[in-house]
Parts: sequence; C-alpha cells; structure tokens
Amino acid sequence: MRNIVPVLTVIGAIIALWYAAAVPMNIKETLTQLERGGAEVTPPSAKDRRNLGHIGLIAANSFAARAALSQDRPRLPAPHQVAAELWDGTVDKKITSKRSLVYHGWITLSATLMGFAIGTGLGILLAVGIVHSRVMDKSVMPWAIVSQTIPIIALAPMIVVVLYSVGLQGLFPKAVISAYLSFFPVVVGMVKGLRSPDQMQLDLLKTYNANTNQGFWKLRLPASMPYLFASLKIGIAAAMVGAIVGELPVQGGGLGNRMLTGSYYGQTIQIWSALFAAAILAATLVAIIALIQRGTLKKMGLA
Amino acid sequence: MAPEQDTVISAQNLDLTFQTGDGPVHALKDVSLDIQKGDFVSFIGPSGCGKTTFLRCIAGLEQPTGGTLTVNNMTPDEARRARAYGYVFQAAGLYPWRSIARNISLPLEIMGYSKVDQKTRVDRVLDLVELTGFGGKFPWQLSGGMQQRASIARALAFDADILLMDEPFGALDEIVRDHLNEQLLALWARTQKTIGFVTHSIPEAVYLSTKIVVMSPRPGRIADVIDSPLPKERPLDIRDSKDFIDIAHRVRDGLRAGHSDGVS
Repeated sequence: MRNIVPVLTVIGAIIALWYAAAVPMNIKETLTQLERGGAEVTPPSAKDRRNLGHIGLIAANSFAARAALSQDRPRLPAPHQVAAELWDGTVDKKITSKRSLVYHGWITLSATLMGFAIGTGLGILLAVGIVHSRVMDKSVMPWAIVSQTIPIIALAPMIVVVLYSVGLQGLFPKAVISAYLSFFPVVVGMVKGLRSPDQMQLDLLKTYNANTNQGFWKLRLPASMPYLFASLKIGIAAAMVGAIVGELPVQGGGLGNRMLTGSYYGQTIQIWSALFAAAILAATLVAIIALIQRGTLKKMGLA
Repeated sequence: MAPEQDTVISAQNLDLTFQTGDGPVHALKDVSLDIQKGDFVSFIGPSGCGKTTFLRCIAGLEQPTGGTLTVNNMTPDEARRARAYGYVFQAAGLYPWRSIARNISLPLEIMGYSKVDQKTRVDRVLDLVELTGFGGKFPWQLSGGMQQRASIARALAFDADILLMDEPFGALDEIVRDHLNEQLLALWARTQKTIGFVTHSIPEAVYLSTKIVVMSPRPGRIADVIDSPLPKERPLDIRDSKDFIDIAHRVRDGLRAGHSDGVS
C-alpha cells in the first residue's frame, strides 16, 4: 500500500501538466469558434490573434479556458474527454459495435496473444539451439540482432502483402509481425538463462555422467526460469506493439486501425482513447505475467 | 611397479600443463601416489599447488598431459562413466528448486534408479549425514553446514566406493567445521569409503587423515607424504596429543620447505 502514494503523486502531476497544456494548445480554435458563435473575443481580428502567443490569448480571454477543455476536435484533448471516450467505448457501447473499444481491443489482443505464443515458442527453440550448437550460436545470433534493426513500420506492410499473396490474411499476418518483435527478447533472455549454471554445476552433472538431455531438463531449463519471465514481460509488450503496427495497413479493425482512422478524420479524442486502451491492455498483460512469475519462482525457491 | 592388490587410485609420474596466454603453467609435475582402499587421504598445500587439479584428474574432469593415472584399475574417464566416485565441491550447489530429498535423488534419477530404490537410498543417506526429517525442506531453509551435509549425502547416494571432496568445509566457520569433521570421520568408519580430501587447514588434514599429502606450488608437486600414526578412533581432543602436534609440525615443515623452493 505504501507504493500507491508515489504512484498516485506521479499520476496527479501528469494529469495537472496535461490540463495545463491542453488550454494553450486549444485556445486558438476555441476562440475562432466562440467568435463564430457571436461571443466577443480580444483581439477581435483573427490576424491579430495569430500574432499573439498562446499564453497571451489566454490572458486576454480567460473566460474561454473552460471551453478550450471541451472541444469536439481539440489538438490536445483534455484528460476527462479521453476518460469519457474510454468509458463510452468500453462500457456504453455494445461490444459488437464497430465503435466499441472492447471490440477493437479484442482484435488486437487476439493477434498479440497468437504472436506472443509463436514468438515465445520460436525464441525458446532458437535459444536451445544456440546454447547446444556452436554453429547455431555463430550463425543465428547475429541474424536475430540484425532482424531487430529493421524498422518494423517498414517491414509490416511487406509482411501483410506477401502473406496476402499466398492467401493468408486477417489474424495471422498481424500475429507474424507480433512474433517478429517478441521472439527477440525471449532468445536473448533464454540464451543467458540456459547458460546461467556455473562450471561447478556442470562439473557435478559430469561426475554423474549425465547426458546433454538430462543436463537440459534437470539443470539448464529450471535455472533459466527467472530469465525467461523477465523476457516474457518485454516480449508481450513488444508483441502488442507488433499487433498494432500490423493493424495500420489493413482494414480489419483493431486498436491500431482505430488510431489510424482517428488521425485521418482529425478525431483526436478517438486516437487518444485508443492509445490509452492499448496502454491499459499492455499493462494488464505484463501484470498477468508478473503474477505468474511471482507464483512460479516462489514455488521454485528462486524468488 | 605393479600396484598393490587393494590400490584404488594410482598415479605414476603424472604431469599436467595448462597452455595459457602467458605460456605453459605446470599445474602438476611428476606426481606419483598410491591410495589404498579405505584410506582417508588429505591433500594440503598453498593455492596453486595443484591439489584441486589432482583431485579433478582423478575425477576425470581434467586430462593429464603425461604419466599414468588409474582409478579402480580403469582410466579416470572410464571410472567416471562407471560412476566410481562421488564428488563434493566447495559450495553445496544444491538446486534451489528441489527439496533436499529431491536434490539427493538427482544423481539417482540420472542413473536410472527406480522410484522405490531412490526413496530408500535417500532415507539411508539422510540418516548417514544426520539430516533425517529434513528431506522435505528446501535448501534456503537450511544452514550452510546442513547444506554441505546434504551435498555429501548426494555424493553418497549411489554407492560409489570413492568419495572425492574439494575443500567441502572451506566456506564454513570453525565451530561448524569441527562438528562436520567429527561427523565425517564417523561416516567414513561406517561406510568404509576411500576418501580424497582437499583442504587448506593443517588441523583438519591431521585430524581426518590416514595419509597426508603435502604439496607445493610452481610446479605443483608432492613435497611430503605422511602416514598418520593416529588411531582410527579419534575424539576431538586428540588434537592436544603429542602425536597430533608432531604430525602437524611435519606438515607445516613440508609446507614451508615447498614454499621456499617455489620462491628461490
């Protein structure tokens, strides 16, 4: 419970800063609208207003500050607008609605989980190969590193197009992009984890004349668990980023799609609410893995 | 020369040279030693004298570069494959994710003992090291001395005739060490094992051993071999007897001579 106070303090500071920024960001458009609505604004000429700074405009029209926080299409939506949109998108809308964040969140989540499963499986397999084979260590590891230097935003449309041309569309291409991002932390963590037993531990198994298989299942794999969980937490967040990027070029819905259409139509509140929905979803996934990690490692005597 | 009937470990003119970036390091040079069945042999000497290296050669964990070494009339590697010895390291090295009983049954699982056999053996060795009732505990619940006892039990679980111990009590305080030394002697008397024991401590070596091998560094070699006249039955206060003090003296002289050799 003691942790909650610093967390709330930081959140409070962010929200305060956010409100403080939202007024000057939106003041110009607000004044224009108020003027069209017949209100008196200073200075009355749009040209003069352009030359005045944001802060100067607020100082001259302090009555407009409230209106600046409730614009339909603000440059920077205020926190309560985003919160209201989040509430509307999750609780008020039916989950089958195309405007429901739960509907889009589920599309993103299913791609994330599938990609995460593929990425984790692939990552573990590669790590096992790298640890047991010198050839794989020399050949696979450099390529795994290179793979992460290619910007995913450039690669994602190509993956979608290539897979479409072989008849695969919908969930799978997004999961592939997701897996592409999430396998890497798993490879790196598992290689380190599988190599974590020290020389004495390996010598001990040698005195029992244990074979490689026994060494793997009885020593290397259990010893790698703390490393695996650390990687999984990074991996699932990366998988989510992959799924969202994968949704940008396709029309199948999802939080990424929601952000993109929002930006096409200047629906900033929609962009921000989708962004927050994604952040909350990712944080929840990481928290679930952290919970499994705590339970597993405690049971194994490693925590 | 032909080894005697009950010679378990026999080294003749053993050499081991490590090639390093700074040139060759003579870890062992011309080491010859016979160990008889039932012996308790201590290897004592300063760091770098090759005592641990020699023990690792016996275990087949290092390959000598010259000379011959047999364990149970086999090469060390064959002996290792035949699971001729149990090895105890300086650290207990118990798996934190396994209970004490499951740690002790680790070699038994690897060697393919049946579940029933595993259980009887674990119970038996837990009793030998006086840890009965601690099988269900996890390593972190045990003191350092108890953990090391568990690791000895693990080395005893599969009935190897030879027990190789590399400074097993080096990390423990003196009171615990005295107690474990007493227990180890009792265990040795009950099991009739042949024990090779590496140590830094003169009193420990003299108290435990039937044969003390004093080694000196650069190159690692044997400076003196002392057959202990002490009786098999050794209460802790034997350490105040004249015999004990005389042997300790001889060990210290051997160490000092070896050391000045190394420097000159």
